Amino acid sequence: MQVAIVDYDAGNLRSVQRACHKVGIDAYITADPEKVIKADKVVFPGVGSAVSAIDTLHQRGLFEALSEVFHSGKPFLGICLGSQIVLNHTEEGDKDCLSLVDGVCERFDFADRVLKIPHMGWNEVVIQKPHPLLRNVKSGDEFYFVHSYFIRPTDKDTIVAVTQYKSEFCSILAKDNLFATQFHLEKSGEKGLHILQAFGKWDGGDVC
Amino acid sequence: MLSKRIISCLDVRNGKLAKSVKFVDTRDIGDPVEKAREYYEDGLDELVFYDITASSDQRDIMLNVVEAVAEQVYIPLSVGGGIRTVEDAKKLLWAGAEKINVNSAAVQRPALIAECAHAIGNQNVVLSMDILKVEQCRELPSGYEVVINGGRKPMGVDALTWALQGEELGAGELVINSIDADGTREGYEINLTRMIAEAVSIPVIASGGAGKPEHLLEVLTEGKADAALIASMVHFGEYTVSGLKQWLDAKGVKVRLSY
Repeated sequence: MQVAIVDYDAGNLRSVQRACHKVGIDAYITADPEKVIKADKVVFPGVGSAVSAIDTLHQRGLFEALSEVFHSGKPFLGICLGSQIVLNHTEEGDKDCLSLVDGVCERFDFADRVLKIPHMGWNEVVIQKPHPLLRNVKSGDEFYFVHSYFIRPTDKDTIVAVTQYKSEFCSILAKDNLFATQFHLEKSGEKGLHILQAFGKWDGGDVC
Repeated sequence: MLSKRIISCLDVRNGKLAKSVKFVDTRDIGDPVEKAREYYEDGLDELVFYDITASSDQRDIMLNVVEAVAEQVYIPLSVGGGIRTVEDAKKLLWAGAEKINVNSAAVQRPALIAECAHAIGNQNVVLSMDILKVEQCRELPSGYEVVINGGRKPMGVDALTWALQGEELGAGELVINSIDADGTREGYEINLTRMIAEAVSIPVIASGGAGKPEHLLEVLTEGKADAALIASMVHFGEYTVSGLKQWLDAKGVKVRLSY
C-alpha cells in the first residue's frame, strides 16, 4: 500500500511523512497529479495560506487530481488546511475550493479580543458520532491546533467532532471516504498517531 | 477550552544540552534528543530549542539535532538561534521544526519577521524577545528595554513598542524572556508578561525565572500568559512535566492531561 502526500509547497510535508513512517505507513511526497491518482490513499496536509495553496494546486493540475481521488472512493485524509480546501469556498482570499463537501471556511473574529488568533495550542475534541478512524481515541482527548480560519460544513451529518473556542466549531469532518481534521495529527502526540495509524488500515468504508 | 501550554526550553551548544544563569555561566547538562524524548513521554506540550553555538560553522550540528528529535517527538518543535534569513528558517523547517524563533537579527532588521511570515506562514514565526528592566524614560516608556546578542547589547528599543511592531510585521507568537529573571528560579517577570499579553492579540509565552509550581500558576493567571516556558526546574530532575501539570490542574488551570 502506498500513500501520496500532496506537495503544494507547504512547510510541514516532512513532519507528516515522518509521522506516517512512525506508524508503519509507506508514504511519499509528490507534486505529480498522476502519482496522486495512482496512490492507494492520499494525504493532504496543511500549513500556510489557502490562497497560495489553491493557486499551486491549479498550477500543478492537482486540483482535478484530488477531486478524482475523492470520487474514486480511495481513503482521503485532510489535515488542517486540508480540511478547509475540501469545502466549497474559503473567506481566506475569497477563494473557491474543491467542493467535495458542502460548506464554507470562515475567519475567527473576536471583536472583543478576549481570545487570541490564531487558535494555537491543545484543545479538546468532542466526538459527535463514531468513525472507524477514532477507535483508539476518546471523546475529550486533546489535539494540537494552529489556525485562524475554521470550517462550517452545511450538512450536520458530516460533522464528526467539535471543539470550543469561544463558540463551537467543527474539528473533524467526514464524508464517505474522506476524513479531515482541523488539528495537526502529526503534532498531537500519541493520540494523533493513533488516528494516523487507523488511516493506514482504513479502506474508506464502514462509516456510520 | 484551550489548554495553557507547558513548554520546555532546551539550550543547545555544539549539539549538547546547556543551561545558563542570567545568560552567562553556561554548562553542558546532557543529550538534547534524550531529554526531548523523556519530556514528550511525560506529557510536554511543546519544545523549544535555542542554538547557542558560538560559531556559525557549527550550525549544521543543530540541523542534525532537530532532525533526530523530530523522528522521535510528535509535538510542536520550535527552533531559534542564529536565524538571519528566510533560507535559515526553511532549512530548520525542512529538518523538522514546526516553528522558527527569531530574536537579535529581527531587532537589527525587522523586515526579517515579515519575510519569514510570508515564506512560511505567520503561525510558524515566533518573535523571541530578551528584555531588561530599566528606568522609565521618554525613549523607553514601558520601563523595559529590548536587548540582543544573548543579553549583551541594549538596543534603546522599548519592549512594548517592539512587541506590537513584531505582531504588526507578522509574528504569530511572542516569547517574552526576562533577562533579570533568567535562571534565578525566583519567578517570572509578571508585570512585563501581563503588559505585553494584554497589548497584543497573538499568544504570549512567558520565559525566564521558573523555579516553583507557584511561579507557573502566577504567570498563567495573573501574568495572562498563554504558555509557560520551563528549563532548570525539569532539566535537573527536581520537578517533572506531568507532576507540574497535575499540580496546575488541581489549582484550576486548564492543562492537557490526556497523552
